[in-house]
Amino acid sequence: MTGQPSLFLRIGLPLGFGIAVLVLWELFVVGFNIPRAILPAPSEIWAAIQRSTAILWVDWVQTVLKGALTGLLIGAVAGFVAALAIDRVDFLRRGLLPVANFVAALPIVGVAPIMVMWFGFDWQSKAAVVVVMVFFPILVNTLAGLAATDRMQRDLMRTYSASHAQTLTKLRLPAAMPFVFNGLKISATLALIGAIVAEYFGSPTKGMGFRISTEVGRLGIDMVWAEIAVSALTGTVLYGFVVLIERWVTFWHPSQRRGR
Amino acid sequence: MNRSVISASDLSLTFQTNDGPVHALKDVSLDIHKGDFVSFIGPSGCGKTTFLRVMADLEHPTGGSITVNGVSAAEARRNRAYGYVFQAAGLYPWRTIGGNIRLPLEIMGYSKADQAERVARVLELVELDGFEKKFPWQLSGGMQQRASIARALAFDADILLMDEPFGALDEIVRDHLNEQLLALWRRTEKTIAFVTHSIPEAVYLSTKIVVMSPRPGRISDVIDSPLPKERPLEIRDTPEFIEIAHRVRDGLRAGHGYDD
Repeated sequence: MTGQPSLFLRIGLPLGFGIAVLVLWELFVVGFNIPRAILPAPSEIWAAIQRSTAILWVDWVQTVLKGALTGLLIGAVAGFVAALAIDRVDFLRRGLLPVANFVAALPIVGVAPIMVMWFGFDWQSKAAVVVVMVFFPILVNTLAGLAATDRMQRDLMRTYSASHAQTLTKLRLPAAMPFVFNGLKISATLALIGAIVAEYFGSPTKGMGFRISTEVGRLGIDMVWAEIAVSALTGTVLYGFVVLIERWVTFWHPSQRRGR
Repeated sequence: MNRSVISASDLSLTFQTNDGPVHALKDVSLDIHKGDFVSFIGPSGCGKTTFLRVMADLEHPTGGSITVNGVSAAEARRNRAYGYVFQAAGLYPWRTIGGNIRLPLEIMGYSKADQAERVARVLELVELDGFEKKFPWQLSGGMQQRASIARALAFDADILLMDEPFGALDEIVRDHLNEQLLALWRRTEKTIAFVTHSIPEAVYLSTKIVVMSPRPGRISDVIDSPLPKERPLEIRDTPEFIEIAHRVRDGLRAGHGYDD
């Protein structure tokens, strides 16, 4: 057995640290009498979350479910498929890859308003921004993964006289999975940021980004922090979810093996 | 009975490198008969691995001709005429031992029932029964190499090409695997081409020893072994064995000693 830290160390320790930070934050704000508009105490943020659960829920559905996750799904599938195509056809590697590279360098603050003009104010334009943002990390990581097999492994398939499709499904795709999941982990975080920021450039009267920008204007800082808390929690859970699937799919990888 | 299984005549292979052409093989002619156990021995750079790879259609000769089972090496590969065992086991870590042995069977389209029956049979042949559901990284190096031999035996190829399969293993494990390999060869009556850099290994295993020398890679001696098919490990202490070993060593020296 490898030395796995106990459950207490793995969950209890970070939880304890988090609670300590919250307690110190509360004491700091109350003790120094910090104005609410500068930094609300955790208790006030919690009160805002309880008070506005309905609004937070509507915003969450709009931004996370519709904007971020739809965009992540479409972008990830598109990046993956593009990687397979580029890998197969050298013509595309020379032609498409530089273009994808170029698109990846586009600043999100420039892309977002254009997407709003193209796809309207609602979540579709936010999903489009997310697609643009996550496409490239998935594409590049999948391509790197498809190139990750060594010569002996490919020679082995050759001695079996395996077809391209067989080599792909039985060797190269499984070998690429650790790379694909690296891309997915990067993309999961990017998707949330993209969907929130895109709402600054036009949205219906709901959504986490919309709420943050309007509440800042109304000095409703506790509500801003409530949205931040929800988004941070969502990002952590989303990332953790990807890590769980990764552990399940790439259990064989040296970084994932536990014990014997 | 004395049918020629692999036949090379005036085989040459020149690699073009930045430092000019490298003659990996020059005018190599050799006949391997059905049921032979042929070892290729020589210093690094003598072309023994290249020769094996040419038989397997993993390298293409630049001169001369080679036939395997009476057809070109490329056609023999497409007919799945041989099993190839590499220097490293090269098992896929995402597949169990059983899954790895099943790999060529899946590619070649054997039925599910046939696959299961064959996996069980070859696992027993290499004394790995009971390890079918283990993953490669849960096994020792010697066991992994045995699994890779089982993988090469799983389908009906009459020829076994082995490229220093035991080179990375310690001597005790190697002795044991050599014994097992001989027993397996007697039982299956396969034709085996075996690359090694160990004189005792070559003499112990082979019915025919091909001594090669480098720059350019060529055959300097072919020794037909008078040793019986039945060979206990103690045979290595007999005068006949030592005499053949001497002749191999002389052959190696003659082809070597002028520049290093």
